[in-house]
Amino acid sequence: MKKILVTLLFVLFGTVANADCNIKSGSINILANDFPALRTLVETAKECKGSADFKVTHSAEHNKIAVPALTANPSEFSVRVAANSSIVPLMNADLIRPMNDLVKKYGKGIQESQLITIDGKVMAVAFMANTQHLYVRTDVLEENGIAVPKTYEEVVAAAEKIRAAGKMKYPYAAAYKAGWNLAEEFVNMYIGHGGEFFKAGGAQPNINNAKGVATLNMLKKLADLSNPDYLTHDSEAIKVEWEAGNVAIMTLWASRSGTLLDDEGDAKITAATKLVAPATVGGGNIPAATLWWDGFTLAKNRSDADAEASFRAMAHAASSKEMVAKAADQAVWLVEGFVPGPKSVGVIEAVKMGAKPYPMLPQMGLMHGALGSEIVEFLQGNESAEQALKDVEAAYITKAKEQGFL
Amino acid sequence: MPNRSFFWFFFPAGLAMILFIGLPIISTGIQSFYAQHDQILIEVKKCDPFGCKTSVVVDQEATSKLKEEKPLGKFNGFGTYIDRNHLASDQVSEFWNESKSVGEFIGKVGNLPFYKALVFTLTYCVIVTPCVLLLGFIIALSLNAISRKIRGPLIFGTILPMIVTPLVGSLVLFWMIDAEGIIGANLQILMNDPYLSVKSSKSLTWITIIIYGVWHHSPFAFVVFYAALQTVPQEPLEASIIDGASRFQRVKHIVLPHIYPVVTFVALISLMDNFRVFEPIIGFSAEGSAQSLSWLIYDNLVNEEVILFGSAAATSIMTIIGISIILTPVLLRTWKEFRTNR
Repeated sequence: MKKILVTLLFVLFGTVANADCNIKSGSINILANDFPALRTLVETAKECKGSADFKVTHSAEHNKIAVPALTANPSEFSVRVAANSSIVPLMNADLIRPMNDLVKKYGKGIQESQLITIDGKVMAVAFMANTQHLYVRTDVLEENGIAVPKTYEEVVAAAEKIRAAGKMKYPYAAAYKAGWNLAEEFVNMYIGHGGEFFKAGGAQPNINNAKGVATLNMLKKLADLSNPDYLTHDSEAIKVEWEAGNVAIMTLWASRSGTLLDDEGDAKITAATKLVAPATVGGGNIPAATLWWDGFTLAKNRSDADAEASFRAMAHAASSKEMVAKAADQAVWLVEGFVPGPKSVGVIEAVKMGAKPYPMLPQMGLMHGALGSEIVEFLQGNESAEQALKDVEAAYITKAKEQGFL
Repeated sequence: MPNRSFFWFFFPAGLAMILFIGLPIISTGIQSFYAQHDQILIEVKKCDPFGCKTSVVVDQEATSKLKEEKPLGKFNGFGTYIDRNHLASDQVSEFWNESKSVGEFIGKVGNLPFYKALVFTLTYCVIVTPCVLLLGFIIALSLNAISRKIRGPLIFGTILPMIVTPLVGSLVLFWMIDAEGIIGANLQILMNDPYLSVKSSKSLTWITIIIYGVWHHSPFAFVVFYAALQTVPQEPLEASIIDGASRFQRVKHIVLPHIYPVVTFVALISLMDNFRVFEPIIGFSAEGSAQSLSWLIYDNLVNEEVILFGSAAATSIMTIIGISIILTPVLLRTWKEFRTNR
């Protein structure tokens, strides 16, 4: 009996030792958004923390915390899990450190394509890709004899048909909550129309044009087919609408599919939910969607020992084949060994169709902010599209001047 | 109390006020006169999982040198105060010259972010404050007249809205007015309009927030009024009853004059509170339809990925000025009474 116990203990400790990256000192403190894939990643990083301190903060408010927390010296967090857009304020304020040396020393399993390099300096290591694409209810589409829509014009036609058939009052849904979400929908649709946000080679805005007007008109058409409360609906709210069976076509993040398709909720709806490619718009051939990566960055205002410990733990997770095998349906992992499943369809199709990444420009955050508040009145029907776009540009210019971009 | 002991009593509170209120306000004031340094952008090659391309980033070396020389930023004077996102002096004069009618001018000015927020803030203040005073007073009078046996539980029930966290209170109402919530759905049936949405209509959102404001603030007025009512002397009341005064006359000529200083106090506090209306806008996700001055500050500080300290500071200072202007008449009046009483 005693022998068995000893053997068992050995086996247990043996496995722990396997995952241990032999980190002897330092402290690791991670700030990350809150969705299942990121939780998995952080758990995997924790496996190899060794004797280092390990803390993590998962928060949907991560964007609001990041800059102040990393500005402090020493910084509150040693690792910030960021994306295309949220890495920009960190770089603007010089809050993250290049990690070329660390990649060379400890980044064996990390693939070249995972590195985010700025002028040759590795500023982040990406581990998953994300985009917004269409979700459809196959049962409702079939019942009404509608093919899976490929363009937003077809989405509008399909939703109108479903509404006319008396099947659903609000057949379409997307995260149109005033602010960041709504602006993101504009960004997607404008890129789908082939628009550029800034005049070539500068920070002068460039959205008050025919493409901008077409973008707004398409958003309005889709909004009219959505729940009338759309201006208060974020990704979580439309997910609830979908699970309640109120929606037949939806534009949502690929990373949200995990909880949408789990065992909870109405099995009939879950079975009929299909993830398809993002739609194009206005006869364009690239999708009206932006590609995103999520990756980790290292705080600058933190000791080298902490940075090293943090990098080793995060690199372990960002190159873990076991993790991507185990959590294959949580995200589209960029890690070696990932085999795409049915939930990766959206991102993979988007890449195939030549979707553009979200613009990683220093002044893009200001444009995004101006869009989020100034196009609301157009959607409410209180303002013309031209006036709304004029307001966006004016609000952007004022902020950009204050920030020294113009 | 001799001045000396008053000083020592007041000293700790005064010190805390200077440290935690006075100095931050001064710091905010100074920051409002500064803008960020000109951003020095350089072209570099950026690579990510989706490919490489040439694009711009902020040149950190050059920027850090600038920042070391002048850590506060670029002196901007009143530049932030008069830009489009604040007082918008250029835009306002331009609209004045362009517009054919006063209505058109007001419409255009009302579309500017600061004025949009100001209009909502003032509307909220002007409607909620009197309603709170009136409702609080009526509740206090009625509860004061009720049998002592059930008064305790009733008072507790009445101050419940104040106990409930503002955000929770607004969320409860937010879900009730949802298109599928109890109020939202019934309104649709009542109005016979399946596309009616309280949350997307600007005027309905304003009404909701105002009703919520009255609901939330009335208990405060009630508690203070109720306490004041306990001090109303019984003799003049009894005398007036013998003289045949009606209930209304008694309240008007005896009760109200007696608790008048308390009314001023409640009015002051409510005005200040209401001018800083903020939580319900977040709770109701009403950013699209209703923005207040406090919300503008919040927006500048947290809603953008780039934090606009100058903008936020300028709006804060203007909010402080706004509150002072609103309070001036009440304060002047109190001061005058104070002088005549002496």
